[in-house]
Amino acid sequence: MGELKVHRVRFFDYMPTAIRAMAFNAHTERLALARMDGSVEIFNFTDHYFQEKVIPGKDSRSIESLCWVGGRLFSAGLNGEIAEYDLENLRPKYSLEAYGGPIWTVISNTQGTQLAIGCEDGTVKLFEVLEEHIQFERNLDRQKGRIISLSWHPSGTHIAAGMMDMIRVFDVPTGHAVQRLLVDRGIGGSKSRETVVWSVAFLSDHTVVSGDSAGKVQVWDGHTGTLVKTHLVTKWDVLALSVSKDESSVVAGTSEGTVIQFQFIAPTLHQQDKEWVRTRTFKNHTHDVRALAEIETAIVSGGMDTHLVVRPLLEKFDEKSHASGLRKIHFPHRNLVSCAKKAGLLLFQFPGQLELWRLGDSDGHGKPGDRLPLKWKPEKLLLLKRKGEDHICCSALSSCGGWLAYSTVSSVRIYRLQTDNNISITKVSKLPKVLRSAHQLCFSSDSSKMFAASSQSSVLVIALTQSECKYVHTLKPKSGSRQPIHLMTTSVDGKWLAAANSDCEIHVYNLQKLKLHCIVPVYGSCPSAMGIHPTTNNLTMVHADQQLFEYSIVEKQYTDWSRKLQKQGLHNVWLDRDTPVTHVTFNPKNPNQVVLHDMHMFCIIDQSLPLPDQKTQFYNQMTLRSLSEQERPSHLHAFKICKTFQDLLCVSLLDDQSLVVVERPLLAITSQLPAPVRQKKFAT
Amino acid sequence: MAALYEGFTLCGLVPTQNASDSAIQGIELDGDSDHALVTDSTRSVTLYKVSDQKPLGSWTVKQGQLLTCPAVCNFQTKEYVVVSDNKVIRVWKDEDFNLDRAFKATVSADVWRVHSAPGGEPVVLFQRGAVRLLDSLLSAPQQPIEDVLSEEEVIRWSTNIVAEKQHFVLFTTEQKGEHFLYVQRLNPNTLQKYRLEREDSRSAPLSFSASLRDKHINLLYLYPNGCVYQSVVAARGYVGPEGVQALPRSLRLRLPVGEGELGAASAVALDEAHVAVVGMPHPSARTGKDFLCIWNTNFQTLQAGKEMAGRIHGQVWCYLGKLFVPHGKALSVIPYECQKSSLASALGKLRHAGIAVSKSSVAVPSWNTLLHGNQPQGPAKIVATRKSKLSRKSQSVQALTVDQVLKLIKTGPVDEVQREVEALVSRGDAQDLQLSVGQLACHLVARSQAETTFYTPGALAQLVRTQCLCHSVCPDLLLLALEHKDYFLCQLCLQLFPDIPEVVTCACLKTFISVPDGDVEMVSLEPDSVSFMEGLVVAGARGGQQNGFSPPLFEEDSCDAHHQPKPTQHQDKKNPTLQLEACPVGLHKAVLLNEVLQTPYSDNLLLPHLKDLNTQQVILFLQYLQFVYLKYSQDVYTQTPGLRSPTVTQVIDWVCLLLDAHFTVLVMAPDAKGLLSNLNSFVKSQVKLFSELGKIEGSLQGLHKMKLSKDISQYSIEVIELF
Repeated sequence: MGELKVHRVRFFDYMPTAIRAMAFNAHTERLALARMDGSVEIFNFTDHYFQEKVIPGKDSRSIESLCWVGGRLFSAGLNGEIAEYDLENLRPKYSLEAYGGPIWTVISNTQGTQLAIGCEDGTVKLFEVLEEHIQFERNLDRQKGRIISLSWHPSGTHIAAGMMDMIRVFDVPTGHAVQRLLVDRGIGGSKSRETVVWSVAFLSDHTVVSGDSAGKVQVWDGHTGTLVKTHLVTKWDVLALSVSKDESSVVAGTSEGTVIQFQFIAPTLHQQDKEWVRTRTFKNHTHDVRALAEIETAIVSGGMDTHLVVRPLLEKFDEKSHASGLRKIHFPHRNLVSCAKKAGLLLFQFPGQLELWRLGDSDGHGKPGDRLPLKWKPEKLLLLKRKGEDHICCSALSSCGGWLAYSTVSSVRIYRLQTDNNISITKVSKLPKVLRSAHQLCFSSDSSKMFAASSQSSVLVIALTQSECKYVHTLKPKSGSRQPIHLMTTSVDGKWLAAANSDCEIHVYNLQKLKLHCIVPVYGSCPSAMGIHPTTNNLTMVHADQQLFEYSIVEKQYTDWSRKLQKQGLHNVWLDRDTPVTHVTFNPKNPNQVVLHDMHMFCIIDQSLPLPDQKTQFYNQMTLRSLSEQERPSHLHAFKICKTFQDLLCVSLLDDQSLVVVERPLLAITSQLPAPVRQKKFAT
Repeated sequence: MAALYEGFTLCGLVPTQNASDSAIQGIELDGDSDHALVTDSTRSVTLYKVSDQKPLGSWTVKQGQLLTCPAVCNFQTKEYVVVSDNKVIRVWKDEDFNLDRAFKATVSADVWRVHSAPGGEPVVLFQRGAVRLLDSLLSAPQQPIEDVLSEEEVIRWSTNIVAEKQHFVLFTTEQKGEHFLYVQRLNPNTLQKYRLEREDSRSAPLSFSASLRDKHINLLYLYPNGCVYQSVVAARGYVGPEGVQALPRSLRLRLPVGEGELGAASAVALDEAHVAVVGMPHPSARTGKDFLCIWNTNFQTLQAGKEMAGRIHGQVWCYLGKLFVPHGKALSVIPYECQKSSLASALGKLRHAGIAVSKSSVAVPSWNTLLHGNQPQGPAKIVATRKSKLSRKSQSVQALTVDQVLKLIKTGPVDEVQREVEALVSRGDAQDLQLSVGQLACHLVARSQAETTFYTPGALAQLVRTQCLCHSVCPDLLLLALEHKDYFLCQLCLQLFPDIPEVVTCACLKTFISVPDGDVEMVSLEPDSVSFMEGLVVAGARGGQQNGFSPPLFEEDSCDAHHQPKPTQHQDKKNPTLQLEACPVGLHKAVLLNEVLQTPYSDNLLLPHLKDLNTQQVILFLQYLQFVYLKYSQDVYTQTPGLRSPTVTQVIDWVCLLLDAHFTVLVMAPDAKGLLSNLNSFVKSQVKLFSELGKIEGSLQGLHKMKLSKDISQYSIEVIELF
């Protein structure tokens, strides 16, 4: 295959924000996750934990708590508002001032008819959940001190509320507090500080479990208001609790980054009396665990160290499988980097700004493994700060580097760029009225058109000229899907546009006729990356379950290579990878080559080579290196995988055949995190 | 470690009229390192070549005149300088025969001393504290000399020190029972006065010694109560405020003074950790204060001691690795050596770490306790003593004091002594014990040595168990136990004494190895060590070889096994059976040998004593060591962590030492052939193991380098190759 010149880029200072809250919807198996910047992410746990949707954040929004009611998602935060999200248009549907000061928590009853929120002013407010809205119903008895955490008894008659130094149990029908459970303060110096009951859980047998800032997990009898058992689990705070569905297990997240499991079991064998026993400790975080969910087979946790951890409970698995492996999700499952292949420019997308960089160059030649001397260094051409409060949700750079566009939930902005000698940027002033926001943006390869994914899976076609930009057409899918488009790609010849939505549908539009060409047969897993081949116009798709398809747009059928691949099956090593492929590009010089990457590797698929079978050594680069020139051909297979570069955000092939690799080392992210709580280590 | 070597007499001394005065005023170095200039107390100066003990020259002043200051050598001009009758400075050269014809100059005030040091001009210190360079004084002898000291202040001691380019004259004075230190810097001249802290007993320091270390002047001084203090004066830079400053001091050493106070004693610092003290009693010899000892101040251990016959005048000089001590009718020169001291070398090879911590909570006569009154004993112990206190009180028996018990030991019957000592030990609190245990043990041992019928094993064992005792406090204890075949006490001592000399260790070894098995088996020993040994013996006998175990040692050199005529027992048995060979010594004997193995030692001190063993003993011991090594390397026996047991390293060290000591004999001995070839194969296997480890180390280092070469930058253009 030969040598490749690689631009190894590490200057994209992508910094994910801390995870603040999560809620798992057992019915749809979707996990909603709120970050500190107010963004909400939806993960589909049935589809390889794929990050299906991202609702961008907003400066003024802060989310303290998330709550599912059926398929509807609510959040509440310290700005004092309750918000419901429009999961089809990826934006808040409405928000409602609760008039109780900052809101610490929001929960719903099991019936899904009511919401309860805990406010700073000491009230627990009940809201009625209506068809399209929610409505304030009443307050429970107002307490002195803020309500930090709430838990609704499964029967709906009682609510437990965690406060400062105490837990209150309310009778919901009357609204009176019926129990007052006093929580001890910490020992020593922390005696003078109030204990914050960060989290409570109300079980159906009227057991209340609480986690507090003194490091205790306490079990109470909710009927009598007596303390049953205290587990001192940490010197710091217990921040989050989560109960399994069958109420046999409770997990607690601490400031030390540990997740501690308690199980309701008989402490001695063959005994009937069960009690809550501390069983396991997981340590997958370095910082506060702020959000926890115990799902059927795993414990999901997230916190200050920004990554989401899915820790499967191994006793729930019979054999070691793909599902039983530990998962850590560090990076979003979509592109934050756009690459102008002709101009050698990179556009980095941050929530608050865009950065445009010109790559460096070198005229040297070197042996494999060498680092070439730089002729010029990479250059930051532009820092474009967004306008308004809403965070950037998508951005695009045309391949010539002449156009730049980004969108928030409220507006789209298009800029004309000049990067040759003196850099200039001009905002395109008059945009068509229909272009209000976009889920995805993409330019045609000749930069004459821009495509914006709009609501209900429709695509707006905008014609770009030097002077203006004009609305041309709206491409609408036949299926009537209301889900947002999360992937879009065009063909180099400007004839085709493919768009994928969260319903796993991929529509191919004919851009000359401006109408739907075909729908790719729907596959059960969401596509995570796709691309149209520059010469053959074959659409290559990679799905969240790591399956790989090639579909001939012209012939409206899967290509022979794709069929062969499906028949033989992908190699297990390929299928066992735990991060989705997020980018597909092609080698314009060699039509057989497809370049893909996930977080831990990039792969060049050479379709002219035999496919590997299960017995073949899949990662064979080291072996090939050690073989002689003559022996090599017999060992080659189609998947050429390179793991030299790690923590990849983007891999793209420029027109000059050199590869751009954007790395964001996890260590660099970790080093920017605030210091974790101090823990006594040996000799410190 | 420090050692005193065999000394020699440099010259005889003529006793003075007044017996308490020394016959020697001073000893100074000549320019030649082997020359010593000895000034006697009256009229003559003699130059000796020290190594030949030969006088090279002698000069005497006329009858009626008196030398009032030790002669010194002017290192710059190679002239000698002496003062006679306080005021007359005389300067002469080697060639001059008659002192009277030499250069003389009379100065206007009484001279206290002339000091000279290599690299500096001689300095004259007057009795009233003024200091002049000799040259400038001689150029104008009658120049007025000012009084620095006040009326009643008298110089007691003085010296000079040359540090780099600075020249210091130090002198101490006494005024109304208070002592001061003056530090006179020359060029530029500054004088600083320090007040020495007053000792509780209000006694005057017996001796001073100053040395220069790390740009600081260290002053070491000894009081009659045995305390050796050190004070540090900065030699450079800092010039303190005018007036008298208090001189902080730190207690370096508290010498056991025996009865009464020290009379004529002197301490001189040998290096930063060692002090030579003359005129003090040896802690193990009860009477007489006529010992020269080297103490380690860091560990408060006695490193070497030597009895000096005859009267000691509390004088000692130390030049170039030799101590000059006038005693009786002779001036002895005793070469010494101080090695850089570490805890390991002070106490010998360290014990097995885990056990050392748990067992020897109090080591050497603890400086903690002695100096600061700390109680290193754990709370459990204190509780225990409190309990026993209570029980004692309830018995309402009139308890005897330490002194009474000491008296009793001298005369009382065995039973009573035993009882009272035990009572005392169980009653006394830690603080008192520390001091009294040594005395009790010494007295008991002395009585036992004097009367063969008197022996109190129980009391001694209890004293040892207090852990307040160590070998240097009571050196005869262990030998006494050996003499009485009290193996239990021997074991206790070996376990608990951190400072057993190698010669004694060797004596124990010799006794243990040659004692008939039957004799020892009846003795009750410490149960832990016995159970360890039982475990070890049983381990192999069970035949419990683990799965996949193959004897590694003999397989690999099976090829050269053909050349070696092995003993028949080895030939007809298969190799693995050799590893199950029975223990060559009895169980209890093995236990005692294990104690020897775990005793701290220093290789080069142990080696000569090991040569005392005869061939049979060596072979038996080697067989035993081989047995232990095999057991360990078999992996079948897993060591119980709590038990006191020799480590593999200790075993190997002893094997090496034994081979070193007796190699030629063993090579010749026919019985040793099999043994040696086995040991050879051990060595081979160890060498092989280490070479493998070396390879691993190398490759790990390679990995390390690989990682290092990748420095991560923000941006780079790299070339990769895909196949």
